[in-house]
Amino acid sequence: MTRRGIERLAMIAILPLALAAPFLAPAYMTFFTFICIMIVLALTWDVLGGQMGYNSFGNILFFGIGVYTTTIVQIGLFADVGAYTAAYGVETIELTRNQFLIGLAVGLVAAPLLAVAAAAFLGSGLLGLRGQYFAIGTLGLGIAGGELAAAWGWIGGAFGVQVPVFPGEVLERRLLFYFLAFALAAATFLTLKRLYAGHFGLAINAIRDDEDKAEAMGLYTTRYKTIAWCIAAFFLGIAGGLVGQINGYIEPREVAFAGASFGIWMVLMAILGGKGTIWGPVIGAILFYLMKEFFWQQFFGWQRVALGLLIVVIVVFFPIGILGWLKQRFPARFGPSVDMVARAKPGAGSDGARR
Amino acid sequence: MDMIGLLFEAPPLALQLVIDGVLIGAIFALIAYGMALVWGVMKIVNICQGEFVILGGYISYYCWEAGYPLVLGVTAASIALFALGWLLYRTIIFRVVEQDLFISILATFGLAILLAQSMNQAFGADVRTADAGLGNWFLFDNLVSIAAIKLVAFGATAFVAALLIWFMRRTRLGQAIRATSQNARAARILGIDTHSVYAFTYGLNAAICGAAGALIAMIWVIAPFGGLIYTVRAFMIVVVAGIGNLPGVIAAGLALGIVESFIGFVLGAQFQIALIFVLLVLILVGRSLRLRRQRKVLE
Amino acid sequence: MTRHLARSFVFAAFVTAGLAVPALAQETIVLGAAVSETGKYSAEGMHTKNGYDLAVERINGMGGITVGDTTYLLEIKYYDDESEAARAAELAERLIDQDNIQFILGPYGSPITAAMAPITEQYGVPMVEANGASRSIFTKGYKFTFAVLSTSDQYLSSAIDLAAEKATEMGEDASALRVALAMGDDNFSQDVRAGIVEAIEKHGMEIVIDDKLPDSFTDMSSTLAKVKALQPDLLLVSGHDKGALTAARQIAEQQVDTPMVAMTHCDSADIAGQVGPGAEYTLCAAQWAPSLSYEDGWFGTAAQYAADFEAQFGYAPPYQAAESTAAVLVFADAFARAGSLDRQAVRDAIAATDMETFFGRIDFDETGKNIAKPMVLFQVLDGQYKVVAPTKWAAEPVVYPRPPFAERS
Repeated sequence: MTRRGIERLAMIAILPLALAAPFLAPAYMTFFTFICIMIVLALTWDVLGGQMGYNSFGNILFFGIGVYTTTIVQIGLFADVGAYTAAYGVETIELTRNQFLIGLAVGLVAAPLLAVAAAAFLGSGLLGLRGQYFAIGTLGLGIAGGELAAAWGWIGGAFGVQVPVFPGEVLERRLLFYFLAFALAAATFLTLKRLYAGHFGLAINAIRDDEDKAEAMGLYTTRYKTIAWCIAAFFLGIAGGLVGQINGYIEPREVAFAGASFGIWMVLMAILGGKGTIWGPVIGAILFYLMKEFFWQQFFGWQRVALGLLIVVIVVFFPIGILGWLKQRFPARFGPSVDMVARAKPGAGSDGARR
Repeated sequence: MDMIGLLFEAPPLALQLVIDGVLIGAIFALIAYGMALVWGVMKIVNICQGEFVILGGYISYYCWEAGYPLVLGVTAASIALFALGWLLYRTIIFRVVEQDLFISILATFGLAILLAQSMNQAFGADVRTADAGLGNWFLFDNLVSIAAIKLVAFGATAFVAALLIWFMRRTRLGQAIRATSQNARAARILGIDTHSVYAFTYGLNAAICGAAGALIAMIWVIAPFGGLIYTVRAFMIVVVAGIGNLPGVIAAGLALGIVESFIGFVLGAQFQIALIFVLLVLILVGRSLRLRRQRKVLE
Repeated sequence: MTRHLARSFVFAAFVTAGLAVPALAQETIVLGAAVSETGKYSAEGMHTKNGYDLAVERINGMGGITVGDTTYLLEIKYYDDESEAARAAELAERLIDQDNIQFILGPYGSPITAAMAPITEQYGVPMVEANGASRSIFTKGYKFTFAVLSTSDQYLSSAIDLAAEKATEMGEDASALRVALAMGDDNFSQDVRAGIVEAIEKHGMEIVIDDKLPDSFTDMSSTLAKVKALQPDLLLVSGHDKGALTAARQIAEQQVDTPMVAMTHCDSADIAGQVGPGAEYTLCAAQWAPSLSYEDGWFGTAAQYAADFEAQFGYAPPYQAAESTAAVLVFADAFARAGSLDRQAVRDAIAATDMETFFGRIDFDETGKNIAKPMVLFQVLDGQYKVVAPTKWAAEPVVYPRPPFAERS
């Protein structure tokens, strides 16, 4: 079977499965919801990390902006945010069904806009840094975001924000967020697939493969790089908004700007599945989340040790990822891998001198 | 701002802050030097620096609890951490050395989680401190107090630093490390076993952290998840001072200690940590802007 | 280390005991709990878990609980919330949805409890919690969340009252007292601060230092230098174990002679053991103490509970363990009174609770918090935590003002 064929089959198989999943196993609905979110995180990280060769540790910033914006907008439309948060959670607000949904909708529109604005602003500054200096430059972004949010009293400070309670049945709420998350994952996937297939994809791949040459050929590299970051920020903002709502309680450092969990997982998931591919992050996200859940249930107390070990193993021993490995083994079926392209070109990628 | 006025009214207070800042800044500088060493020689940003520090702290804590003298705690911590660092290099780090910085950041981040969580399982999450009970000195009618242990720690730090400088300058191994750092390929051609050099360098860094951690457990408190802030501090110092710039690292370390101390006094403890992050972002943005200006010139 | 080893042995003993139980084919009620096995609250999480386990073991050892005409044994299904609010919310859902748990025991810590409460509320699953003291949990109108402990605003406000009382006794003006605060940047400590501020306003005192301790702080010496310079009459600290230990250590080192020093979490941080004589005369807020004259049918007196706990786990129970045990007792009592395992019936029975336990009286108001039990203040005297307030239970009179370091032998 060809690469196209496998791809089409997978897409056709996923749709009914995803639609039926919440009804087949309702107890695992939140689990499925988070898998969708994880797919979005991995896919958006890969826009820069895989396709463009700019490894970012700071993408969680846009996620966090989304988390806060959605809920603050939702509250702000119908109540005084300052008064609500100043009470350190002592006050509560009750929204009607329509208010809740309208607030959510407006919030989910505002979140990506703000995230994109942040990406455009930071991108114009940071994306001037090349390669590994960019990675180092983004290291502090997530932490800085968390500290800022924790210091800003109007949005609840270190207390965080309590999300308004959903006025309706539990099942209804969970179905709503599952389908929103699935729609987001599908939209992210399809948009990126389309973009990668066109001029934009070629441009950012050119930047990854040789930025100087790309620039010399007349590409406005900084513009492309910033746009790529904005695209990632757009979907991350929505994903953040959903996670904040699903969680019901927003904490600045652990829920919103969760650099040590979501922030690092998104990188790992993309690497595990295979950087620089469209299916790699999807596969990586599903597999990683399953493994994480498995550790969690099997090793009470030791699961984080296991997770740390998993990170080391993935990064050190399996950096090409599943799809990268498949491509190496079966290039005819899966197409040439990023590493092979990089290796074909002298002096690119990692310094192979010692290997 | 009335706190600033207070400093002018009672200058000994300022002296207290400077002393506290210098004594603790020296330890920050030591940790940062280790980070700069690994960064410079191996091109690795060691994110698990803080976890090495905490582990060293635990070793010295248990030595103290068992009734052994301080020197033994510091020595034991350095030796144990050297062994750990060497082992980590031989099993894991050798695969990421000379690769993209990004890979080593991720790998050592994984190690940081692994170490912190393992310490939590092994030692429990209780906050610990090893109070050596050396007493305190007081100046200016009790207004300025200096814990003797902080002075001892400062002395130990200076000693370790001097030892390191001598080692790098005068010994064959130190010269090999410097040669490798300048050009690994050339060093290899000239017959230097760079693998051994790397293993030793990584172990040396861990040992430095272990000694620093041993001192921190005696001055402050340690807990399994308290490592990150030391990594951030070291990272910041190295970014400011640059790699391979020992005087710069010392100056930046001391300055960070002093600034933190004054900020805590004037603005409050909540800004003491926030400042580190703010400075970090400012410095990075500043560097980025400077780079951009250079690019403009090229255009 | 030895203590930790002892814990592991005890844990192993539990596992063996746990394996033996199903052989009897007894009916069991499974309670669900997410406690912090890892992460920044794992020390307190361990106390919580030990408290729960001891209660379950005792209740089962006494024949279980009779509900209607069936006798049930208790069992707890644990998950590790990793000290993170996000994880706890997810786990609450998993306990209810995937494991079909009908009754939940609270986690450790206010932020984590705050994250779990909306979930249990939505599902209508009763949660009795023992370690979420922030008032923000009880103002949301939750009908299914109950707390056996006193809320955090009461932790240190009693120290303010005590200082005012002492000042008046000595013929001084209480409103002339000046207060320095160093409070953690989390919703527990900030609620502690809110309670302090209310008490300060009541007495008309003045706040001269108001520092926030960030999550990752390592040093308090600058704050203490300020305290030395401004010489307030009270210094109040709240920052979990790290805050307590750092403060106690550095206060002794810098010889800060504030007449009254009060903090939270000093017994769980064991400041008397780790800092030694330097920690003398520090006041500590506590939910419970073994020397209190409370009693119940399961454990006997508070002192007997402390002895049993120590025999089992090898260390004296901090109040975090005692309150956790009390939470299980509330469930046991409510099951028996409800006469059924229907969630709503059990919830109503819990709401109607009015019982004496070794931990103190438990009586919930309509928001679900226990209003029948006061806080106590310890003072470190001769390396021991002695109850000094309220006067009703005081084992020793409070030493106020603290003698200056220079005058101590």
